[in-house]
Amino acid sequence: MAHGPMKGPHGRNMGKKPKIEHPGKLFFRLLKYVLQKYTVSCIVVVICIFASVLANVQGTMFIQTLIDDYIEPLTKAANPDFGPLAARLCQVAGIYLVGVLASYAQSRIMVNVTQGTLRKLRDDMFHKMESLPIKYFDTHSHGDIMSMYTNDIDTLRQMISQSIPQVLNSAITIVSVFTCMVMLSVPLTVVTLCMVGVTTIVTKKVAGLSSSYFVAQQKDIGELNGYIEEMISGQKVVKVFCHEEESRQQFEEKNNHLFESAENANTFANILGPINAQIGNISYVICAIVGGILTLQHMTGLTIGGLVSFLTFNKSFNMPISQVSQQLNAIVMALAGADRIFRLLDEEPETDEGYVELVNAIEHEDGKIEESQKRTGVWAWKHYHKDTDTTTYRKLQGNVVFDHVDFGYNDNKIVLHDVEMYAKSGQKIAFVGATGAGKTTITNLINRFYDIQDGKIRYDDINVNKIKKKDLRQSLGIVLQDTHLFTGTVEENIRYGKLDATHEEVVAAAKLANAHSFIKRLPDGYDTMLTGDGAGLSQGQRQLLAIARAAIANPPALILDEATSSIDTRTEKLVQQGMDRLMKGRTTFVIAHRLSTVRNSDCIMVLEDGRIIERGTHDELIEKQGKYYQLYTGKVSNDLAG
Amino acid sequence: MLKTLGAHIKEFKRDSILTPIFMILEVLFETIIPLLMASIIDDGVKKGDMKHIYIVGGCMVVTAVFGLVCGVLGGKFGASASAGFARNLRKAMYDNIQTFSFSNIDKFSTSGLVTRLTTDVTNIQNAYQMILRMCMRAPASLICAMAMAFYVNAHVASVYLIAVCFLAVILFFIIRKTMKYFNQVFKKYDKLNESVQENVSAIRVVKAYAREDYEKEKFSKASANIYKMFVKAESLIALNNPVMQFTVYGCILLISWLGANMIVTSSMTTGDLTSLLAYCMNILMSLMMVSMIFVMITLSIASAERIVEVLNEKPDITNPENPVMEVPNGAIVFDHVDFRYKKDAPDLVLKDINVSIRSGETIGVIGGTGSAKSSLVNLISRLYDVDGGSVKVGGKDVRDYDMEVLRNEVAVVLQQNVLFSGTILENLRWGDPTASREECIRACRLACADEFIQKMPEGYDTYIEQGGTNVSGGQKQRICIARALLKKPKILILDDSTSAVDTATDAKIRKAFIEEIPGTTKIIIAQRISSIADCDRVIVMEDGQINGIGTPQELFANNEIYREVYESQMSGSGDFDEEGKE
Repeated sequence: MAHGPMKGPHGRNMGKKPKIEHPGKLFFRLLKYVLQKYTVSCIVVVICIFASVLANVQGTMFIQTLIDDYIEPLTKAANPDFGPLAARLCQVAGIYLVGVLASYAQSRIMVNVTQGTLRKLRDDMFHKMESLPIKYFDTHSHGDIMSMYTNDIDTLRQMISQSIPQVLNSAITIVSVFTCMVMLSVPLTVVTLCMVGVTTIVTKKVAGLSSSYFVAQQKDIGELNGYIEEMISGQKVVKVFCHEEESRQQFEEKNNHLFESAENANTFANILGPINAQIGNISYVICAIVGGILTLQHMTGLTIGGLVSFLTFNKSFNMPISQVSQQLNAIVMALAGADRIFRLLDEEPETDEGYVELVNAIEHEDGKIEESQKRTGVWAWKHYHKDTDTTTYRKLQGNVVFDHVDFGYNDNKIVLHDVEMYAKSGQKIAFVGATGAGKTTITNLINRFYDIQDGKIRYDDINVNKIKKKDLRQSLGIVLQDTHLFTGTVEENIRYGKLDATHEEVVAAAKLANAHSFIKRLPDGYDTMLTGDGAGLSQGQRQLLAIARAAIANPPALILDEATSSIDTRTEKLVQQGMDRLMKGRTTFVIAHRLSTVRNSDCIMVLEDGRIIERGTHDELIEKQGKYYQLYTGKVSNDLAG
Repeated sequence: MLKTLGAHIKEFKRDSILTPIFMILEVLFETIIPLLMASIIDDGVKKGDMKHIYIVGGCMVVTAVFGLVCGVLGGKFGASASAGFARNLRKAMYDNIQTFSFSNIDKFSTSGLVTRLTTDVTNIQNAYQMILRMCMRAPASLICAMAMAFYVNAHVASVYLIAVCFLAVILFFIIRKTMKYFNQVFKKYDKLNESVQENVSAIRVVKAYAREDYEKEKFSKASANIYKMFVKAESLIALNNPVMQFTVYGCILLISWLGANMIVTSSMTTGDLTSLLAYCMNILMSLMMVSMIFVMITLSIASAERIVEVLNEKPDITNPENPVMEVPNGAIVFDHVDFRYKKDAPDLVLKDINVSIRSGETIGVIGGTGSAKSSLVNLISRLYDVDGGSVKVGGKDVRDYDMEVLRNEVAVVLQQNVLFSGTILENLRWGDPTASREECIRACRLACADEFIQKMPEGYDTYIEQGGTNVSGGQKQRICIARALLKKPKILILDDSTSAVDTATDAKIRKAFIEEIPGTTKIIIAQRISSIADCDRVIVMEDGQINGIGTPQELFANNEIYREVYESQMSGSGDFDEEGKE
């Protein structure tokens, strides 16, 4: 189809030949999926297909009756009476009408079945996707995930709405036409079948020849498109290095390769049609000759009208056969897509065995915590103890403890070793260290993006495994280095942190994050539409919005990943201020890149190769003259050198 | 538009003309076949004349063979013409893109150009093949079958004329309406998929805010909306088949009645009746075909327009007529330079810039985002043309130089830099195709890239993946600097090219520049004040104007912006990051 977002020009369906292990099993699974909701519709559709095919076949049969039973006698009659013919025509018209109606009903119902199934599939895919652990997104490329929503769904639409009904239609036609042919004349049927055999063999031969060209074409398309993508992305570099001529030559070489393979592949695809059609015509001639002999010699009781009908059947027998072979190809293609989609649906969702909930609470003067239905600004962990059948409440404070934590993205490669860490409510913990030392990994464990291999993480003295993931994550604000804004207005983006926030709250959060002044200057202020991850905003501005988004959620604990990339100094100051205000009074884990952040931290963790090698305040660590001292002074001495 | 596209058929004109000719011939043979069939029935079967059956049957086989030959040749020429046309279009676009200036490239965006070169060309290729093979064939088949029907029996054939008009009108309305719906649906559909994409890449944000349910609900709503629109559009299409069947059946009934009457009154034969019925399918099928072609062409018009845009784009920077072929030295002068990216933009990006830079000087440039630092240096190698005033390199206006000569002497390390798939050595040789391995290694030492390249498993033969995904940001930047150094330029421009390199290495690279290539004019754009602290002079940019220029010491004393930046970075919001270990 000529639509769809053009995410990478090489759709995966085109490239490799689809290979599925159990196509039958997969097909039935898909069928079951469709039938789940549309059993009645599907039954009606099958009945309608039957009705319309039979109406069509009876029409062809009618020509024989017309010639043999009406026209022949009428020509011989002295006073031809057209009454019976008219009556018969009306009868046929009635059947035709039923056929037309059935055909409409079939197409119309199929629209609902197809689109309804696709909608369900899309919803199921999306719902499943949202519930998958982060690990899934680490191990599957975004392009591959997207291609399921675009390419695979598109081929499935083709298959459900067209291929399957057509195969069914063709199959019924083949069977009924075949029955009629046998009824009319067995010898002629044998002749027809022989010719079908010839067609199949020739088609197979040609298809075999063409498939190698098609493989070559796909390879060349992939290569050329890859080259185009790479060179056009680097076009400015090409210009700067005056590399146009080389680039042009390499392109031309690949372009010519594609031309050759495309020419060959298309030629074979084009000639299949004429070959089938003309073999069909020859089959017709042979039947006419054999039929002629049979009729003239009155050997089998084949009448002239019978022969005429048979010849029509001969024509309508060849068509569905070539259709079935075409559609089968499309079905195999679509099944490959279905396979990928079902594999997504079969993925294990993120497990959540937590039962401790986060609730609004009222704190009495005597320190007693009581649950409240209203938003109180005070939160508590609602902890149900099964063994004693009691429920206790504990105020949410933001104490986090890492107790001998080991972690690896997979079991055989541990990336964090024996991490011990305590953060008291309101403290600021900074992580410093080289890229790949494990800073981000640690922060990903607190909100359980990944589960640890060994040790314990406690949040307000509760093992995080016991806390419902949703509640745990809501109690932790997060500002990532890659900001990720959503399509929607500025206000909606800020409100993402607290869905029921009022406009005043949004503005307050924006002010706290220092974002208010730039938002005011946007064309539509808070109602400015953002698209494409906030395209049009500077990186600094995007970061300010992300801070506002975290601020509005007002979480007791925060995870911050400071941006490293170059923001200009003035915006950086604003971001810095915003972050500082956000951190005030909250337990904060910060992956730090700025000296001021590090210096003001209550505790600095220096990481190397997944281990905490030093910890302490800035002054303590400077005194220690270890790794931190190196990092810090190395930097300063360089600066002073200027 | 058609003229522009048509000009690229070139050597495939012959094939493009032959294809429809063979297709029409195939149609002619196909039309004869029902006639022969009628003859077999009327003069052969009915009269019991076996000889006639053999002769006419033989004719029919011969006709079929001719039809086959024409069909095969038509298929072959069609494939060659359309594949060739696609090749020429791709080549013409690619060649034109190579002449594009930066502003031309900015206008289209990378993804826009890629789509045009890939998907759009494929659409046109398919549409062109369809047009060549079907555009003639379907109407020809319609006309032939109609003519034959009239030849057989004009009276009865007039039924077809009515049927064709009836079907054409209905199809026209259905198509017009559905096209309108589908255009809307596809737009929404694209939006839906964009939101999925957004969700995939922002999955951490979604999960961090525990907004899975919110997103699910949002998606379900959008998906329900899409469902409704698709059903609306496809319900109309569902009318196609029944309407077609209705017409065919109506024709069969009418012709049966009329035919029976006429046969009885001996103004027609049974054979005539069967051939008329055979033409019925031919006529209405070709009409369906015509409507399909119509849809195909409409769908590909958007692609054609996008391609023509690229083909018609004129590069806005071209070589002068008698270009200067040598750059004498690395002196740069900005003389009352005004600049804007688009001619119709209301505000100037650079306003009245006057600077004179001596050959061999090291110049630092600082300033906030949007202060036009990059714009300033991009004018030196004539990546953009000035709006007013002039930029002089080596005493001559950059517009007088041969562009290749100029760009070989002015090496720019762009902010958004790219490595290409290939070995490190191959990438380095972009700077100088004839550079020996030793020269490459020397350039890498200067750029502090040698140490990590040596540690890589295959050293300088390590294969860089597309987009340079297998090297870190800082490594990429250093390879890019080395690549530029290999040009041995008279002017070297680093546009924020060490932002991902740690401060110590950054300092080492700058030291190497001063010691090893003292004669080269160096311009360094940076965010970090430490990166420009040892420059001869520093330019402070603000809002497209030079706010201050002088030695770092002078600026520290006199320039407020410089001092502000200096103090904010030195007092502790600098970059506290150590680069990943290689």
